[in-house]
Amino acid sequence: MLDLTYEPPKPKVISGATGDWELVIGLEVHAQVSSRSKLFSGASTKFGSEPNSNVAFVDAAMPGMLPVINEFCVEQAVRTGLGLKAEINLVSAFDRKNYFYPDLPQGYQISQLYHPIVGEGEILVDMGPGIARLVRVERIHLEQDAGKSIHDMDPHMSFVDLNRTGVALMEIVSRPDIRGPEEAAAYVVKLRQILRYLGTCDGNMQNGSMRADVNVSVCRPGDYEKYQETQDFSHLGTRCEIKNMNSMRFIQQAIDVEARRQIALLEDGKEVVQETRLYDPDKGETRSMRSKEEAHDYRYFPCPDLLPLEIEQAWVDDIKASLPELPDAKRVRFVTDYGMTEYDASVLTADVENAAFFEDVATGRDGKLAANWVINELFGRLKKEDREIADSPVSAAQLGGIVELISKGDISGKIAKDLFEIVWTEGGDPATLVEERGMKQVTDTGAIETEVERIIAENPAQVEKAKVNPKLAGWFVGQVMKATGGKANPQAVNEIVAAKLGL
Amino acid sequence: MSNLNALTIADAREKLRAGEITSVELTEACLKAADAAKALNAVVHPTPEIALEQAKAADARLSSGNAPDMCGIPLGIKDLFCTKGVASQAASGILKGFKPEYESTVTTQLFDAGAVMIGKLNMDEFAMGSSNETSVYGNVINPWRRGNDETALTPGGSSGGSASAVAADLCLAATGTDTGGSIRQPAAFVGITGLKPTYGRVSRWGVVAFASSLDQAGPMAKSVRDCAIMLKAMSGHDPKDSTSAELAVPDFEAMLTGNIKGQTIGIPKEYRMDGMPEEIEDLWAEGRAMLEDAGAKIVDISLPHTKYALPAYYVVAPAEASSNLARYDGVRYGHRAKLSHGDGVTEMYEKTRAEGFGAEVKRRVMIGTYVLSAGFYDAYYNRARRVRALIKKDFEDVFAAGVDAILTPATPSSAFALGQEFDDPVQMYLNDVFTVTVNLAGLPGIAVPAGLDMQGLPLGLQLIGKPWEEGALMNVAQALEDRAGFVSKPSKWW
Repeated sequence: MLDLTYEPPKPKVISGATGDWELVIGLEVHAQVSSRSKLFSGASTKFGSEPNSNVAFVDAAMPGMLPVINEFCVEQAVRTGLGLKAEINLVSAFDRKNYFYPDLPQGYQISQLYHPIVGEGEILVDMGPGIARLVRVERIHLEQDAGKSIHDMDPHMSFVDLNRTGVALMEIVSRPDIRGPEEAAAYVVKLRQILRYLGTCDGNMQNGSMRADVNVSVCRPGDYEKYQETQDFSHLGTRCEIKNMNSMRFIQQAIDVEARRQIALLEDGKEVVQETRLYDPDKGETRSMRSKEEAHDYRYFPCPDLLPLEIEQAWVDDIKASLPELPDAKRVRFVTDYGMTEYDASVLTADVENAAFFEDVATGRDGKLAANWVINELFGRLKKEDREIADSPVSAAQLGGIVELISKGDISGKIAKDLFEIVWTEGGDPATLVEERGMKQVTDTGAIETEVERIIAENPAQVEKAKVNPKLAGWFVGQVMKATGGKANPQAVNEIVAAKLGL
Repeated sequence: MSNLNALTIADAREKLRAGEITSVELTEACLKAADAAKALNAVVHPTPEIALEQAKAADARLSSGNAPDMCGIPLGIKDLFCTKGVASQAASGILKGFKPEYESTVTTQLFDAGAVMIGKLNMDEFAMGSSNETSVYGNVINPWRRGNDETALTPGGSSGGSASAVAADLCLAATGTDTGGSIRQPAAFVGITGLKPTYGRVSRWGVVAFASSLDQAGPMAKSVRDCAIMLKAMSGHDPKDSTSAELAVPDFEAMLTGNIKGQTIGIPKEYRMDGMPEEIEDLWAEGRAMLEDAGAKIVDISLPHTKYALPAYYVVAPAEASSNLARYDGVRYGHRAKLSHGDGVTEMYEKTRAEGFGAEVKRRVMIGTYVLSAGFYDAYYNRARRVRALIKKDFEDVFAAGVDAILTPATPSSAFALGQEFDDPVQMYLNDVFTVTVNLAGLPGIAVPAGLDMQGLPLGLQLIGKPWEEGALMNVAQALEDRAGFVSKPSKWW
């Protein structure tokens, strides 16, 4: 694969009263594994089901019930690891994280603290053409999701819905390689993009399929470089963790607000206390959730109900061989194969479905033109009507047909827009529509010449003006187009007008 | 025919197959005996309707021929097993009224083989105890007494109800579970045979968990042969239990030739404890002589880490228990405390667990929570895990050196009086001193009655075998049983 060259972005700098500060950010993203059943039970993972309808005995922690690993969830975690170019641990193990909460029936979450299934990987975070940050992934582990407590249905009681209990999550932990709020959001965007390409998480942040815990600290310029050289965290500031962020916008706001809070403390001669905080978007502030002292003692220990998880290298190799083309590779290929700009390639590969749609339009046709039409006309129109590519009224075949008619010179760009409109609202085969409705471009120079001559003859005053000011030739072109109902080939009209006017 | 309830499984099987008796007759005899034995407090949830229905079905199978070995055999089921629609409380107040919607794998297999359940049996709460004094149902009484002394004795624990019920002929055999000796110690205290299989031989699915890495269900019966017959029906790979082994189940009974000529039996010197009663010493020596007489070669061996087993056990087991018992929170099933105005979820947990759990369970949950806490984890839990690995290696080394089985006492004493050790948990924990190593190492172990002490109480010997070789182990036990000729029964006073 041809690599696109890139430079790292500049770290975000916040000027304080005592000088400049830089940010150091690490993310823990919880991504719900796309699977039909839960991590350790056969219950369905379907979102939006009747409360407590997707609950197996083991999910409800009935006495004597035991977890059995869902092999597909393991496969998804391995696939995700491979997609992030990570080390796959052929032996991993599950631990219990113990704490009491009504939506945690077992009284513990089965997770992988000591031996995660995926080790070191990386994510190239795009910050614009030619600018990207390579963020290291420390680990990915599999764990169970908790259920949902509902506190607002009754003034005296709380309710618990166990449908989500035991659904598989991947916790994807980055190194503190992220240097600003925009980078943090871009990291989540890129991770989400890769997961969606891989089909291992639907990335739906509104439904909670992806949530992020954000670790933020601040340091002086130069300190971070010392950390990078030595991997010694003492060069960095004390971090705070902002829990459960589920929108890119809030992630950015929360990081900015939290960094400024820490800077204000430090410049005031106070200390940043390591703690867990929550972001309140209404008040635009982070609030302490619990301090390090109040932090739960989770009493992790190896889950005795499960043997160590051992997988075969051959199985990992099979999964690797079945990986789809990933965003970075696809983007490079779009630039080289279709001759489009890196920016267009980024837009088209942002989502795997969009990229596939584009390729259906572009295959065997003018790629650059196809890119233009997909991005400008189709995406523009979809966005205007708030629709997804999946329910686009214009299919890839139809849009391909339009692109083909333009390439052949059968219709002009302007007519093509009218045609697109017809296909969007009425449907139909573009080529047939052009024939039936007489939209075909007039390229017969004789017919155009006759028309040009007629208009010149009828407008001698304009002819004189145009001879003094050649820009006025456009007026004649416009008249010809008007007279031919827009079907005359604009290039031919331009040339003939210029010749007849002797320009 | 009288005293059908006193039959062994093997004898009853022949009579049932020969049509000499019916399962209904056999079951009725057991139900009648159980009904008359309320003083023992062994059966806590009698299930006569289920029993008779199962017995009738078993008779139909028997008369059509080809009935499995366990067909028509009345059993008692320890309350730790979840039985569908039947109270399954692990002898705890916190599971008051709990009737599962599912049937444990072990009971499913037994019932599929035609076995009959006469009722659920008493036990220590969550299998935590060595005297059956921690049960919410009250103490189980040992059918044995010290001669004419009427002092109530413990049947041992935690499978005290199973031990008492089998010894008193309330059923032909019973299921037990063994986390640190809970099958073998009570079997020894009541003069019956109890086997703890290799960890992973019997499915744990549907058995209320105490310490998951140690828990293993097994048979408690009137002979080695009966244990072999019943173990076969209980065993096998269960995809619902990830720790269950994918191994074929051998015909254990066919391996009981009683011929152990040329086998090597190890006598571990570390099991000779300070202050061990002379009677136990003597019994052990007798056992050694019996096996020698059967043609075995006796060797002295060393299991050097034995002395660390009990402390390691009392770290690992409570650690796992503290986590396993977190689910009893009053949210979904079982007991929930009545709450006062203004109480929140924390008060619900606190009050529910304070009311629902007994003192021993609370003690172990607290010990377990402590040893897993930040700052103590390495000093206790991790160290205990390392000890566990060393203990396992001790056994691997002697087996690799050619030892086929290991002979030890089953208990440091005969059955003691109820109440005698109850207020001294450390003294109580010492009951497990000979048995916990087997659980820590995941090995099979069997207690065989081998004699009576001076007070007329049964004493047992323990044999420890190689992993997955229960058949060979039971064959050594058979040789011991043949020579010990233990036929005593408690005099009926109840």
